[in-house]
Amino acid sequence: MATTATPVHTTQWTRKDLLGLRELSAEEIHLILQTAESLREISLRPIKKVPALRGKTVVNLFFEPSTRTRTSFELAAKRLSADIVNIAAQSSSLSKGETVLDMVKNLEAFKVNFLVIRHAAAGVPHLIARHATSAVINAGDGAHEHPTQALLDAFTIKEKKGRIEGLNVSIIGDIAHSRVARSNIWGLTKLGAHVTVCGPPTLMPPAIEQLGVRVTYKVEDAIKGADVLMLLRIQHERQEHMLIPSLREYRLRYGIDAQRLKGAKPDVLIMHPGPVNRGVELESSVADGPYSVILDQVTNGLAVRMAVLYLLSGNQKDEEGLLHA
Amino acid sequence: MTSGNGKGNSRVMDAEGLRRALTRIAHEIIERHKGTTGLALVGIRTRGAFLAQRLAKEIEAIDHHPVPVGALDITLYRDDLSRIAPNPIVRATAIPFDLTDLSIVLVDDVLFTGRTIRAALNAISDLGRPKQIQLAVLVDRGHRELPIRADYVGKNVPTSLQEHVEVQLNELDEREEVVIKALAPATGEKP
Amino acid sequence: MPKLLLKGGHVMDPANKRDGAFDVLIDDGKIADVQPAMAANGAQTLQVKGLLVTPGFVDLHTHLREPGREDKETIETGCQAALRGGFTTICAMPNTTPAIDQRGIVDLIQREAQRLNLARVAVVGAVTKGREGKELTDFGELFDAGCIGLSDDGAPVADAFLMRRGLEYAKLFGRPLIQHAEEPALFGQGVMHEGLVSTTLGLAGIPSESESIMVARDIALAALTGGWVHFAHLSSASSVDLIRQAKRRGLRVTCEVTPHHLALTEDVVGEFNTTAKVNPPLRTEADRQALIEGLRDGTIDCIATDHAPHTDWEKSADFDAAPFGISGLETALAVCAEVLVKPGLLTWSQLIEKLTVKPATIAQLPAGTLSVGAAADLTIIDPQAAWTIEPKSFVSKGRHTPFAGRTVTGKVVKTLVGGVERLA
Repeated sequence: MATTATPVHTTQWTRKDLLGLRELSAEEIHLILQTAESLREISLRPIKKVPALRGKTVVNLFFEPSTRTRTSFELAAKRLSADIVNIAAQSSSLSKGETVLDMVKNLEAFKVNFLVIRHAAAGVPHLIARHATSAVINAGDGAHEHPTQALLDAFTIKEKKGRIEGLNVSIIGDIAHSRVARSNIWGLTKLGAHVTVCGPPTLMPPAIEQLGVRVTYKVEDAIKGADVLMLLRIQHERQEHMLIPSLREYRLRYGIDAQRLKGAKPDVLIMHPGPVNRGVELESSVADGPYSVILDQVTNGLAVRMAVLYLLSGNQKDEEGLLHA
Repeated sequence: MTSGNGKGNSRVMDAEGLRRALTRIAHEIIERHKGTTGLALVGIRTRGAFLAQRLAKEIEAIDHHPVPVGALDITLYRDDLSRIAPNPIVRATAIPFDLTDLSIVLVDDVLFTGRTIRAALNAISDLGRPKQIQLAVLVDRGHRELPIRADYVGKNVPTSLQEHVEVQLNELDEREEVVIKALAPATGEKP
Repeated sequence: MPKLLLKGGHVMDPANKRDGAFDVLIDDGKIADVQPAMAANGAQTLQVKGLLVTPGFVDLHTHLREPGREDKETIETGCQAALRGGFTTICAMPNTTPAIDQRGIVDLIQREAQRLNLARVAVVGAVTKGREGKELTDFGELFDAGCIGLSDDGAPVADAFLMRRGLEYAKLFGRPLIQHAEEPALFGQGVMHEGLVSTTLGLAGIPSESESIMVARDIALAALTGGWVHFAHLSSASSVDLIRQAKRRGLRVTCEVTPHHLALTEDVVGEFNTTAKVNPPLRTEADRQALIEGLRDGTIDCIATDHAPHTDWEKSADFDAAPFGISGLETALAVCAEVLVKPGLLTWSQLIEKLTVKPATIAQLPAGTLSVGAAADLTIIDPQAAWTIEPKSFVSKGRHTPFAGRTVTGKVVKTLVGGVERLA
C-alpha cells in the first residue's frame, strides 16, 4: 500500500499544450500514465469529484462529431471540478469569412483555461496553440494525431499486461488515414513495444516503416505472436475512393473473427478505439469476447484525460497568481 | 544531504527518540479510544503514510488487534494549486475500507500552517463520513494559519519561519531523525 | 532626358557575352553604348563601382491578382515588388477574377501598368474560357492584344484533346502554351509532397508522378502536333529527365523552375508551416538536386518566381485550408545567389542569363539584353551585401515566405526601367 509497484517518476510537466505524442519523451508519457493511475480511484468513489480544477473553464471545441471522446473529456473535467462548455462547431458553421482563429480569439475573450480541439484537418490544434494563451489539447486532428487515445491505449496495455516494453503490438486497418495509428506508433515505440502495422497496400502510407514499425499486408503475420491486436475502424467512404474494393472484401481479408484468432497468443488483447464496425474489422463475438478490453479502454480514457487536464493546469500560473495576489 | 550535526542544522530527534515518540502516541490513542474498536489510521502522503503504518504496528503490538491503515494524497485538495508551477505529482489515495462511522486518526509528520490538514479533512469528507477525526503528528513546529491543533504530538519544536523541519525515515531516506535546517530559498515545502 | 553614364561597374550581359568592366551609356531611355572606361561628355554619371550591372530581370510567372483579388496584390504593389527584386518585366498570369480570357482584360492590365509606369507588364492569357478547361479562348484575339503565351495556370489543361487542339492552333502564332503540369486524379486532395513528412503529419500527399505523367503526356502531344509547350514551375526529378529526353529529340519544349524549388525540400513543412505550402509542392533532396542539374545542363531554360501573394488571414489558416503560394519577387535573386552561386553551381553570369535573356527569349520580348538600341532596363546588384529576409518589409502585399529570417548575400540596389531609376 505504501510502496507502489509502479516506479516513481519525478519528471515535471512543463508543456503548455498536449498536441501529440511525437514530441513527448518516454518520461513525460510515463508521468501522464502514472498520474492517471493515481486519479483512476476518484471514479470509483461515491462522490466522484475532487476540487483540483475548481474555477477553471474547459471548452470542448469539436469541429467533427464525436460522442465518446467529447463525453470522456467532459466527465474528466467535471470530476476535477472544472466548468465545461461544449461547442459542436462544424467547420461549415463558421460564419462567412470567419476563421478558426477568429472563433478561438472570441472564446479566449471569455477567459477560458483549456481548449480541447477536434478537427478534420491535420494541424488545427497546433495552429490554435500558437495563437492561444489557453492550454490546448488535441482531441484528434485529421489523420495526424490523437494523443489521449494512444495514452489510454498504453494505459490499458500496461494495466492488463503489467508492462509495455518488449510487447508485440499489431495495429490493423486503415493506417493511412488513422490518427490513432500515428499516435500509437509514437507512444508505443517510445515505451519500448515492437509495433507492426498491417493493412491493404492502399491504406498504408508511404515511408511508414521509417517511423520504426514493421509493415505487413498479411493479417496472419500481424496476428501471429502479437500480445495486442489493435483494430482500426474502416470508414465506409474508403471504398468510394477506391482504397478498398468493398467492405466485404476487406472483411474477408482483414476482419478479425474467431477463426483468425486461433493463430493468436492465448492471452492476446483485442483493442479498438471505437466505434466498432461490427462485422467488418471485428466480428461481434470477438468484440464482446474474453480477449476484448474495448470497454476498459473507455474507462481508462477518463483517468488519462483527467491526468492530462491536471498536468496542463500547472501552466497557467502567472496570470492566475496575479489575479489572486 | 548533511547530517543533523552539520552547520546551521540541529537534530531535535534521533532514531531512538522517534521510536519512543511513536510508542507513546500509540499508547495515548488506545487510551483515549478505550481500545481499538472502530479505530482506523489514515496517513498523509508521503511521510505521514509511513508513520501511520508504524503506528498501526505499535498499536497492534500493544492491543493485539490489527488496525486498518490507509494512505491519503491531498495534492488535489491543495489551496495553492493555482499558485505553484508545475503542478505537483499526484500519488494514489489508497484507503481500502469504508471511513463511515469510524474514528479516524490522521497522521502526518510535521504540523505547520495547518493547510495540509485542512486539505486532508476536505478529502476525507469526500470519501465518507467518519464518526470522529483526530490528528497525530510527529512534530508540531507552530506558526498555524488555520484554527487546527493536533490531538497527539511526538514533540513540540519551537521554530522560526526561516527554518525548515525535516523528518527523515528509513523507508525513504535511509536515515531516522528529525532536524531543523536553515531554510534554503524556495523550497517545495508543503503548506 | 539627360544622358546617364553608369561608371565603374561589372557588366554582365549574357545576351552579348559581356562579363567584365564596362561603362554603360544611356540616352533617351535606350542603351546608347557599352564600352570600357567611357568619358562622361556631359552625361550625368552614376558610380557603380563594385556592383554588377545586368539587364533587368524578366519573370515569366507572376500572379498580380488584379483584377479580382486586390486584397492579395495589385498591379501597383506587384510592380513595386518586381522592381525591388530587380525585375523590370513581369508576365501576369491569367488566374484572376475574371480570368484573362479576352482582349478587354488584357487591355485593362496593360493600361493600368502603363499608367503606373513602374515595371513592364506582359500578359499571359488563358487557354480555356474562364480557365474551366472546356472551350478554347480566342487565341488570335489574345495574341493580337499582346499575350506572350497562354496558360490555365493554377490548374492544368487536363483534357488531352483540348491540349492537342490548343498546341496545334497556337502554332499559327508561334507562341507557347504554358502548362501547369498536374494530373488531377493523382493530385487528388493533396496539400504537400507525398512522402515521409506527409505520412508523419497525416496530410494528403501529391506524388511526383502527378506532375511527370502530365509532362510525359504533353511531350507526346508536342511530338504529335509540333506545337510549343512550356512547362511552368518544375518540381520533380522525373519531369526533368523527361524534358531532357524531349529536348534531345528536338521537340519544342521549354521549362522553368522557381527559386524555392531549387532551395527547399518537403522538410520545410515542419509542423504545418503554411509558408511552405506551394503548388507544385516542395519535394525531396533528390528532386532538388535534379532541378539544379537540369538548370546547369540547360534542360531547364530559366528561373521564374511563381510569385503568388496571399493575405495573412488566408495563409494563417490550417495547412489543408491555406492556399498554395508564396511571395517570390523580392527574394528570388538572393535565394538563387545563395543556393546556386555561393556553392559554385552556377556563376553569377549564368544565373543572370537564367533571369534575363532566357526568359525573354521564351516570352519573345525585346528585353533581357544590354544591346545597343535596346530599352535601358537594368538591374544593379551588390553581390556582397548581406541582408536578412523580413517579410514585414516586403512591398508586395504577400508577406509569406519560407525564407523569412534567412540571412542571404546579394542585393538589388537599383532598378532602371527605360533609363529611369524606379527603385531608389
